Amino acid sequence: MELSQEQVRHIAKLARLGLSDDEVKKFSTQLTNILQYVEILSEVDTSSVEATNQVTGLKNVMREDAVNGDWTTRDELLGCSELPVERDQIRVKPAIE
Amino acid sequence: MDLLSLSILELHDGFMKKKFTSQEVTRAYLQQIVEKNTVLNAYVLTTQDSALEQAAESDRRYTEGKPLSVLDGIPCGLKDIFNTKGVRTTCCSKMLERFVPPYDATSVTKLREAGVVFLGKTNMDEFACGGSSEHSCYGPSMNPVDPSRVAGGSSGGSAAAVGGGLAAFAMGTDTGGSIRLPAAFCGCVGLKPTYGRISRSGVTAMASSLDTIGHFTKTVGDSAAILQVLAGHDPRDATTPDVPVPDYLKDLEKGVKGMTFGLPKEYFAEGVDPEIKESVLAAAKIYEQLGAKVIEVSLPATKYAVAMYYIVMPAELSANLARFDGIRFGSRPKQEGESMVDYFFNARAEGFGAEIKRRIMIGTYVLSAGYYDAFYNKALKVRTLIKQDFDRVFGEVDALIAPTVPLTAFKPGEKMEDPVAMYLADALTIPANAAGIPAISIPCGKTASGLPVGLQIFVPQFQEAKLFQVARAYEDALKI
Repeated sequence: MELSQEQVRHIAKLARLGLSDDEVKKFSTQLTNILQYVEILSEVDTSSVEATNQVTGLKNVMREDAVNGDWTTRDELLGCSELPVERDQIRVKPAIE
Repeated sequence: MDLLSLSILELHDGFMKKKFTSQEVTRAYLQQIVEKNTVLNAYVLTTQDSALEQAAESDRRYTEGKPLSVLDGIPCGLKDIFNTKGVRTTCCSKMLERFVPPYDATSVTKLREAGVVFLGKTNMDEFACGGSSEHSCYGPSMNPVDPSRVAGGSSGGSAAAVGGGLAAFAMGTDTGGSIRLPAAFCGCVGLKPTYGRISRSGVTAMASSLDTIGHFTKTVGDSAAILQVLAGHDPRDATTPDVPVPDYLKDLEKGVKGMTFGLPKEYFAEGVDPEIKESVLAAAKIYEQLGAKVIEVSLPATKYAVAMYYIVMPAELSANLARFDGIRFGSRPKQEGESMVDYFFNARAEGFGAEIKRRIMIGTYVLSAGYYDAFYNKALKVRTLIKQDFDRVFGEVDALIAPTVPLTAFKPGEKMEDPVAMYLADALTIPANAAGIPAISIPCGKTASGLPVGLQIFVPQFQEAKLFQVARAYEDALKI
């Protein structure tokens, strides 16, 4: 399994991750090495094995659908943003032309 | 009296008997930080003023005869991934270099309510990704035993703080070994509890199905005392099962007579430093002398653990770190670009370091169309096999004994350009995260060159009381 520089650029695009040309080159080699290493899993027969998504046996943990105001306030959470806040909203760049 | 050498339980006893005060102990630790932090780089932020205020309040409680817990007045370091209200929490990433959380993590709240004194925030690999703390945007933490070597990671600052006498205890997180590995490197006790035993709420998520909260201490008894305060169900973390919290100190000194321990042969395979094997086998001999039976067992899926982990973990990480886009959370980039999409690319390019980028890339790749089954689903099935191995052997043995890490503390730069070599350092710690079982690393002698070796003990889920009992028996045997 080899990850070409073109594929690296494609994955970076999916992840919304800006990469320099040097990073693309380096990651192409390093990610190829990692993917070659994990190929060891193909030698394991898992045809009759279920996937493990959780380990402690919990199922459908529910809670009341209620606002819990004792934790943080709206203003405190908006204050985590470094962008300007107007009328309880974060002002961002245009998403559509 | 050397205040810095005392365990939590000894400090509490001293406070009760008015031998010394929390302010004296806190000042001694703060002084030690001033003297040693330049070399060790254990702390990335110290909160001296509030620490002294907290200590003064604690002293008043002891004067009134009403301490809040055995942890009252005890100075602690917090890995910089625990949200602390009003105190900068960076995950040692440029992405969060100015982030001040509006609330405390549940574990921090519990420590606060127990009267703990917070000395500051400790260094770590960026977003807890790494085995050496070299991926911190503040540079690596160095090893208190040999400062030319790394403290390990990702919770390297917390390990260096406890090992170097810069905190009475310190909090960390362990997703694939990030508490046990640096504990082994720095010669302290590191606990990774059962998955979900301590709430993860308010601790920045790395890989949610594997992340656990734990701590570094000087002794096994201290580790038990802290878990007593932190364990339990939390409505804010839906993955904390409502399993009763037993008294962790009750059976601590009951010994191991009549118990059976397993030595998993895969943990002594090629690639494990012979001196480390020797130390751990010597520990097994001590357990036999203490009346335990030691047998060889096999966990055949162990050899696939690292490969499984480097699929499942990045997959979960890439999803968790998607929230860091410079809008609600994360640094606003210097170059913003013209559009929203440009802004995302730039914020994440500027904010994340190389290892985070690598892991986001792997995670995105293995979850992408056409590869999900071949990689991610396959890895989840292999995870089942790893868990089944443990389930099976725990039918025969009370606990498993193994090395914590296949190697001792290395020098900075040795593995930075070879990610796979760095990942293999986690080979013996990952399986416990995969199975959700508790594990502890305790000091187990030193190599000829003077570097600490870690002895790792595993027990079934939610049997931490037995884990402490087994670990304590060895600790006591070394004292005699």
